[in-house]
Amino acid sequence: MLGIESVTAETSAPLTNPKPPPPKFNLRLAAAAAGAKVQAAAGVKILGRFNRARAAQLTLPHFVCQTPLFMPVGTQGTIKGLTTSQLEEIGCQIILGNTYHLALRPTSELIDELGGLHNFMNWPRALLTDSGGFQMVSLLHLADITEKGVTFQSPVDGKPMLLTPEESIQIQNRIGADIIMALDDVVKTTITGPRIEEAMYRTLRWIDRCIAGNCPVTHTWKLDDTYLLVKDICVKGLVERDLPGYAIGGLAGGEDKDSFWRVVAQCTAALPEDKPRYVMGVGYPLDIVVCSALGADMYDCVYPTRTARFGTALIPEGVLKLKHQAMANDTRPIDPTCECMVCKNYSRAYIHCLVTKDAMGSQLLSYHNLFYMMKLSRDLHSSIVDGRFPHSRMEMSHNGFAMLWRKKNKTNLGTSNSEAGYCKIDTIRGVKESDVITSVNGVSIFNEPEACAVLGKDRRVNWNEGFEIGSS
Amino acid sequence: MKFTVKAWSKGGGRAGLLQVGSCSIETPALLLNTRKGLPAFISPDLLSSLPTPDSRLLQFSPLHFSEGISLKTISELGGLHQMLGLHEHVFAAVPRDSTISLPDYQSSNKMGASFETPCGRLLIKPLQYMEMISSMKPNMWATLADEVPAWVSEKRNKASVDRTTGGAVFGSIVGGSKIEERKRCAKEVAERNVSGFCLGGFGLGESMDEHPSLLGAITEILPEDKPRQICGLGLPEEVLQGVAAGIDLFDSTYIYHLTLGGFALTFPLEEIRRHGYGDQLSDTGRDGSKINLKATIYRKDTSPILEGCKCYTCQNHTKAYINHLLNVHEMLAQILLEMYVPSFLPIAVALFPGLVILTRNSCHFSSHNTHHYLGFFRVIREAIKGGTFEEFRQNFVETRRDHILAAALSA
Repeated sequence: MLGIESVTAETSAPLTNPKPPPPKFNLRLAAAAAGAKVQAAAGVKILGRFNRARAAQLTLPHFVCQTPLFMPVGTQGTIKGLTTSQLEEIGCQIILGNTYHLALRPTSELIDELGGLHNFMNWPRALLTDSGGFQMVSLLHLADITEKGVTFQSPVDGKPMLLTPEESIQIQNRIGADIIMALDDVVKTTITGPRIEEAMYRTLRWIDRCIAGNCPVTHTWKLDDTYLLVKDICVKGLVERDLPGYAIGGLAGGEDKDSFWRVVAQCTAALPEDKPRYVMGVGYPLDIVVCSALGADMYDCVYPTRTARFGTALIPEGVLKLKHQAMANDTRPIDPTCECMVCKNYSRAYIHCLVTKDAMGSQLLSYHNLFYMMKLSRDLHSSIVDGRFPHSRMEMSHNGFAMLWRKKNKTNLGTSNSEAGYCKIDTIRGVKESDVITSVNGVSIFNEPEACAVLGKDRRVNWNEGFEIGSS
Repeated sequence: MKFTVKAWSKGGGRAGLLQVGSCSIETPALLLNTRKGLPAFISPDLLSSLPTPDSRLLQFSPLHFSEGISLKTISELGGLHQMLGLHEHVFAAVPRDSTISLPDYQSSNKMGASFETPCGRLLIKPLQYMEMISSMKPNMWATLADEVPAWVSEKRNKASVDRTTGGAVFGSIVGGSKIEERKRCAKEVAERNVSGFCLGGFGLGESMDEHPSLLGAITEILPEDKPRQICGLGLPEEVLQGVAAGIDLFDSTYIYHLTLGGFALTFPLEEIRRHGYGDQLSDTGRDGSKINLKATIYRKDTSPILEGCKCYTCQNHTKAYINHLLNVHEMLAQILLEMYVPSFLPIAVALFPGLVILTRNSCHFSSHNTHHYLGFFRVIREAIKGGTFEEFRQNFVETRRDHILAAALSA
């Protein structure tokens, strides 16, 4: 089970260092400790750049990866409906496992005994596990965060329990992923006030505990929040600790797109070049393109597989809702440009008659959607390496089934409709090639001084002013 | 389509060769059950990991497509083979299968046959059925089995139908459990210009003891040089009954139901053949008690479901992993099982009811079970060719009886 410790006991001491460091914030000391004890990171080797975007090689114990890359989420040690051989075939490089779920069933001790998660699931490539904190806080009643760690009620018997940063690392080490995450003080992005600052400093202290405890950390990551001022301190603090990699999190929870971009841009600007940058919970293709333009390398999200189970396919124009009645007689493949087994063999009409009624429908759509995401990753990597700017195909899909671009209102959009957060490029007029950061899959990101802008229909927009979406 | 009998067994069973489409399939053979043309859980790219050409014979019911896709669209797509991307496979159409379209004989009348489907009760008229067959273009298809005399007397319809569809026609023989009716129906259908025969009306709750006499009465009348298909016989003893009576093709949803119910088989087919069942029992010292893959004893078992099994599941995954998938209700368990169960269930259930592994939502089982069930049929064929079928069958059934008794006594 998870971090088995009752709340009344003292924080358990790390194995080799009996005294945890005092909870005082001391960057310099921590930095020195970090330098000495954290294992040399595999690091990234940059293979190509375009403005802020990077294409890199990330060397991990089980696999050498090419970034930018998308990681499918295999919550309980499996990607729903797909075998590991299919995942290899479509070019999946890293899979994410959820520490909370795996620690519950079958338990990290069992996984360890059977040789680690790689052996358990028979996945030869890379794995990443999260710290477990986020899921606990979002899934469990009465989960709370104290200086010691995350206190929660055991889902098994209701007893009060505690997950400490040290224990989270130990659980993840038992699972044996290539990349593991340090427990962070998880804060809802909508919260304001001193709690943010508290969370930030506590996260840094927890990192120190992980480092000082000499847990055999392969890679340590930090999580972040959306508030810029505090973030600067946090980023500086984490950079000084010279961690093997950095994650930007707390962004998948309902903030509007304007904030989202700003945070990612500011973080990537402040993070070291030679370490991987992982934006957590990002899965909409457009979001991935934008973040890659801003210098991020890795992404994960349940979106592609989850939306497949609801009968929705990802296509370059947006999404295709196979459940829709008009699909019943459409003899075209889901995406004529897609090379996957599903698009090469099946029509929209046949998939339509399967979806929501037969498990095979979900399987085929999951396969296609992940194929799409893997191809997106490869295209991003190669287009940056080649320095290509494939000027966007002017895709305006009017078949009624792609998500239509909707006019943005100034309030929060929420993340359920990402396509409505961006513009599509209809024409590029009066824009110099050097203004283009990257142009992939129909979206061009342009470089404006100090900010990124996405062009709307004949409109140049500076993101500091907000932007409007051209109607389709 | 071409069918030749290659070997006989004393009791009336036969081994043959069925050439249809681009496949040469040895009989007795199993038709894999599908939903809308594809297996319930094995996706088409994984289907190719099953043994060929055994796994190329697929059953489907045209009624699966009653809603969701129009016949016009199916025709536009070019028929089943094109629509499903399975160009090398052989499709056999049967109006009924007990997962989706159950024949409802009470409501059938001279107008057509009635079926209970998820879309409600459908009354399918012969003409409608023919339209379905024409647009789907299966390699083989069974005629709509309702009030046979009404259909059979339509000589003109028959002839015109043969011309339009191009697929091999199997005349349906019904008649319920009355031997005389069955014989009458069989006589009439035997005179028709059909390529084979499809025995319907089995597996609908009748007792297994009724089978031998019914089956024998029917097959006695049928010409020997045309293949006989039967729907609804799935249990291993039932399959053996069918083989003994001279049936060549078996279609049942047993595997599907077993996969759903979570069964997986581990009985090694090779040893059955070599040592016989009695030996098998004493060699391994198994007591036939149930193996439940969800049980905690498998939590750390890093062996495959069956040592030496060549299916995808056994080559890649362990009992421990499947145990975990079942416990967390993941779809992958069923996929892996479906490829495994069907090939195995008949033999194992008959032989060792205790070896049946009860699990729910067993995705991975899918691939293992089919693999094994296909193996069972292979063993049957070899027994016929080797002249040992009767012995094989007797051993099999007796050992199963002993086991049931033993299990009952120890329970």
